Amino acid sequence: MTTGMRALDALLDLQRAIAASRRSGWLGASTTGYGTFPPVNVFRQGDDFVLVAEVPGVDKDGLDIQVKGRQVRIKGTKKLDLADGASVHRRERRSGNFDRALVIPADIDGDGARAEYRDGVLALHLPRSEADRPRSIQIS
Amino acid sequence: MAPQKEIEVQQKKEVASAEEATRSARYYVPGTDIHESDDALDIAMEVPGVARDGVEVTLEKDVLKVVAQVDFSNYEGLEPIYTEYEVGHFQRSFSLSSKIDQGGISARVENGVLHLHLPKTREASPRRISVH
Repeated sequence: MTTGMRALDALLDLQRAIAASRRSGWLGASTTGYGTFPPVNVFRQGDDFVLVAEVPGVDKDGLDIQVKGRQVRIKGTKKLDLADGASVHRRERRSGNFDRALVIPADIDGDGARAEYRDGVLALHLPRSEADRPRSIQIS
Repeated sequence: MAPQKEIEVQQKKEVASAEEATRSARYYVPGTDIHESDDALDIAMEVPGVARDGVEVTLEKDVLKVVAQVDFSNYEGLEPIYTEYEVGHFQRSFSLSSKIDQGGISARVENGVLHLHLPKTREASPRRISVH
């Protein structure tokens, strides 16, 4: 059960970090606003960024993703499939169009960017552009 | 043409459960649509990040319980720097008023939405009552 335990640790670390970084100033001075659909989490993976968004019920073909310079744009439509003639007991899910732009605080290598969509979760792998990579400086 | 409707973000609600879980992971309430037709109940639950084998559906004493587990191994090696939503498993129960044909229940997960089809038993299907 070692893998299971490690996965659980990853989960707890993630939740702790999420609770702590809610109040961080990251993206604070940018034009990006909080509360726009879809909600996103941004992670660091080495020098690169991973942007994860929850878009349950959206088809892969219904997503349009653009990367330009520092900006990432996620566009799409979320539809609900309603059966004809059925009566509604609960309606909690939302539907409609979304178009969200985010500014990442580093230049993105657009050619190296990769998108994965699985089980309603969109993951964008955004490599930092070569010019924006940190360099180690030797002390002479 | 219908006006374009923008979606607003729905904040996740944590499950307030009377019974405590043995594992210290968080559970959230999935947003759910329920529709009833003449012969069945159709339930759609938003469970982003849950694969087919992470779903457990039980029906006991007219209480339908759904537990959906997220696979956290995808998050290993990632360091969160900006967050807008919490990640956790999903859990929700419903008391069903109609009699359900337990053998006929079918479930599928598609794009992070769990669809449950619960056919009613014959005697629970509505009968039209004519007024004399």
